[in-house]
Amino acid sequence: MPTVSMKVNGQSVSHDVADNTLLVTFLRETLGLTGTHIGCDTSQCGACVIHVNGASVKSCTMLAAQANGADVTTIEGIANGDELHPMQQAFHENHGLQCGFCTPGMIMSAIELVETNKNLSEQDIREGLEGNICRCTGYHNIVKSVQDAAQKMGG
Amino acid sequence: MPEGIAEGIGASVRRKEDRKFITGRGRYTDDINRAGQLHAFFVRSDVAHAKIKSVDIKKAAAMDGVAAVYTGQDIADDGVGGLICGWVVPNRDGSATHEPPHPILAKDKVRYVGDHVAMVVADSLATAQAAAELVNVTYETLPAVVDLASAATAAEIHDGMANNTYFDWELGDEAATADAFSKAKHVVSATLRNNRLIPNAVEPRAAVAEYDHIADSYVLHSTTQNPHLLRLVICAFVLNIPESKMQIVAPDVGGGFGSKIYLYAEEACCTWAAKKLRRPIKWTADRTQAFLSDAHGRDHINKVQMALDDNNKIIGLRVDTLANLGGYLSAFAVVTPTYLHGTLLSGCYAIPAIYTNVKGMATTTAPVDAYRGAGRPEATFLLERMMNIAAAEIGMDPAEFRRINFIPKDAFPYQTAVALQYDIGDYEAPLDRALEMIDYKGFESRRAEAAKRGKYRGIGLSSYIEACGIAPSAVVGALGGRVGLYESAVVRVDPTGTVSVFTGAHSHGQGHDTTFAQIVADKLGIPLANVEIVHGDTNRIPFGMGTYGSRSLAVGGTAISKAVDKVIEKGKIIAAHMLEAADSDMEFKDGKFAVAGTDKEKSFGEIALSAYVPHNFPHDRLEPGLEETAFYDPLNFTYPSGTHIAEVEIDPATGVVTLVDWACCDDFGNLINPMIVEGQVHGGIAQGVGQALLENAHYDENGQLLTASYMDYCMPRADNFPSLQVDYTVTACTHNDLGVKGCGEAGAIASPPALINAVVDALSPLGVTDMTMPASPEKVWRAIQNAQTKAAE
Repeated sequence: MPTVSMKVNGQSVSHDVADNTLLVTFLRETLGLTGTHIGCDTSQCGACVIHVNGASVKSCTMLAAQANGADVTTIEGIANGDELHPMQQAFHENHGLQCGFCTPGMIMSAIELVETNKNLSEQDIREGLEGNICRCTGYHNIVKSVQDAAQKMGG
Repeated sequence: MPEGIAEGIGASVRRKEDRKFITGRGRYTDDINRAGQLHAFFVRSDVAHAKIKSVDIKKAAAMDGVAAVYTGQDIADDGVGGLICGWVVPNRDGSATHEPPHPILAKDKVRYVGDHVAMVVADSLATAQAAAELVNVTYETLPAVVDLASAATAAEIHDGMANNTYFDWELGDEAATADAFSKAKHVVSATLRNNRLIPNAVEPRAAVAEYDHIADSYVLHSTTQNPHLLRLVICAFVLNIPESKMQIVAPDVGGGFGSKIYLYAEEACCTWAAKKLRRPIKWTADRTQAFLSDAHGRDHINKVQMALDDNNKIIGLRVDTLANLGGYLSAFAVVTPTYLHGTLLSGCYAIPAIYTNVKGMATTTAPVDAYRGAGRPEATFLLERMMNIAAAEIGMDPAEFRRINFIPKDAFPYQTAVALQYDIGDYEAPLDRALEMIDYKGFESRRAEAAKRGKYRGIGLSSYIEACGIAPSAVVGALGGRVGLYESAVVRVDPTGTVSVFTGAHSHGQGHDTTFAQIVADKLGIPLANVEIVHGDTNRIPFGMGTYGSRSLAVGGTAISKAVDKVIEKGKIIAAHMLEAADSDMEFKDGKFAVAGTDKEKSFGEIALSAYVPHNFPHDRLEPGLEETAFYDPLNFTYPSGTHIAEVEIDPATGVVTLVDWACCDDFGNLINPMIVEGQVHGGIAQGVGQALLENAHYDENGQLLTASYMDYCMPRADNFPSLQVDYTVTACTHNDLGVKGCGEAGAIASPPALINAVVDALSPLGVTDMTMPASPEKVWRAIQNAQTKAAE
């Protein structure tokens, strides 16, 4: 089994994993970071979105070995201690979540969307979140949350 | 005003449960791992209908890392029971619903693709999955039965069940309805299909089963909406375990929408095998397994006739429904298309005569059961389509046609022709408000403007009613239900005045931790932060009937309210004792127990402490402690209602329907947390729009599910929606303490007909009069092409 090393939420980790271990499995099972979820097996639902070197990635589409040497951030790593990330805070303030299962992936996608685009319109946000499925909210309050966070994040 | 009132009833308090979810600290079943756990993987039938000739497990069982491989024979040899049906109805001829056996692993026959044939248990999921490939099942295939319309004359699915018919049920007065039609000035007829859906909670089902051989007891973590009912069924009917030896925990559950109400084969198998192997066993569905084996929803064919008199008043309605229930009867498969469907056929309208016949049909497809709305969306779809079809035929504005047929607001309580008695309502108020919100009057100019851009624009209404707050046990029992549908609550006041509430309702997105806490905080005049809501654990909660049917607040919330009332009553007695006053002189207001007309008072906190430090209690009439239990059995269903209006634009070049505006006004009675209510409405609308525009479960003629992944089953996404306009009117429910009705299903009930009515309206200039769901680009494009070809001829 190859050794895979990466930085996850600022901490260096190194583990021996089977070649075919998905990054999401590595995060959930090896590191116990269960905030990243698995909602499908065809890379559509987006519940497993994380950041790899700052870019949002569906962690079910990547092998752990492919992330060797990468800087990985998961939902557990975006708050600053007890201080929530503006996107987390916005989801709370705008009721952008219900059952919470899609929420980590949704927040991680939304952060990258806002960080890499200025002056997002409502339609831009809707299209930007096309890769994340939510069954509870009808997306209405998710879009509001992202608009709110975008303002606070200077987008 | 006491501290905390801004967090009380009616305030859009931000949710207490959010923080764990937004930081990734939610704890869902698949997040749970146990030392020494094994992983289960199920061998599923890849044919729709077959006799099982043999199941050869030798190679699989011999594989390194495999702990066991079990078959239907092992289950049968162990005397394990099958899955049960929780509600049955009488047939028209007086005979009973046919309830064929539903073994947790198939032994003799498989009846749908995905049916469970064997269970492989191994030290890793990968090993279990690989070993499952080595299980060799030989089948003698039988004809698949897929087409609902011809299922009655197709191959027999269950031995001795004639015409593949589970039941043949009726409701209403057939003779009176025939009489109404004989007097009708105008009869409107249509055949309306309600398409088959797959619920698709984003969290797949999962289970972690543990057995303690010293205590001979079990713990099952499950993705259930309904822990106590799960315990009852698995213990009493499947595994024959004392309920006291079984703890069911439903931790955070990632959406349900009905699909997680029932006990499923997988969790029963894991629990059974955990004892056999004395090891924890974990199973998590992947999405394809979820598509194949979660209970599906809807799937009806309705032949509908509506009779109108000279004044365009509806005088009769006849509905003949075929309901596709799949290869086995799921727990609430029978009630969903019958008592949750036929009783809703009066809608918001004064219809003096209604008759309906429903045949519950078997096909070789996955079991079909309750899905958000459960019977009520199907009833509403056919009725609200008929309202538009009839309005078009008589040349009347669809809003006006609805208005003249509404039950007038002074006619309540109103007894319908289909068993229900509506307690209260005002249907014109939300109709008027929704028409105003969408600028109904200005629509024709928007249609004309769109036409200039080459687009077809349409508007569609749906005025719905639902029966929720399920349900009075006496009614349930009289109608064939095998359960009671009360709810329980324990309100435990701690010595320091904090409060824990134990509820039998289960929250899997509905925000109970907040809404329920608001009720308690408001009534006791304490800060919201001092109230904790506990749910989802059979060892902590007296009993519960779970969450579905928009029942949590109307039934579970009322139980909490009643338990709080008992706490206040006891608090008054304690305060009276402390203040040396008569019990009857005590009043409780703003968090204080006071002797009426004096300034003598004790705070809630002082009473709480005194209850647990009872140094001089008169023990003959006052027990220490401050904890009360209430079981609340509702007196009636609740009847939310409202009007939803969709506005769409269709691109004739592509057939794509774009939803451009949505306005709805609902009457849910009193609102506890408007923010949460609005979120429920949004989510319901999205699921209804999904049904009407995007989603469809499709089996091919061989019974293969062609839509078994998100590649093929089109889920609604953020860019399918405009911003949604939501508003409310209020008529308070007359028969529960809180005056609440329930809001969880309304959007999914109201929205599909609004959407289809809008699509048909958009295409009406072309002569299009109907559109089946989902109104996919291909279907819409073909409808436009056909209409244009006809026009050219």
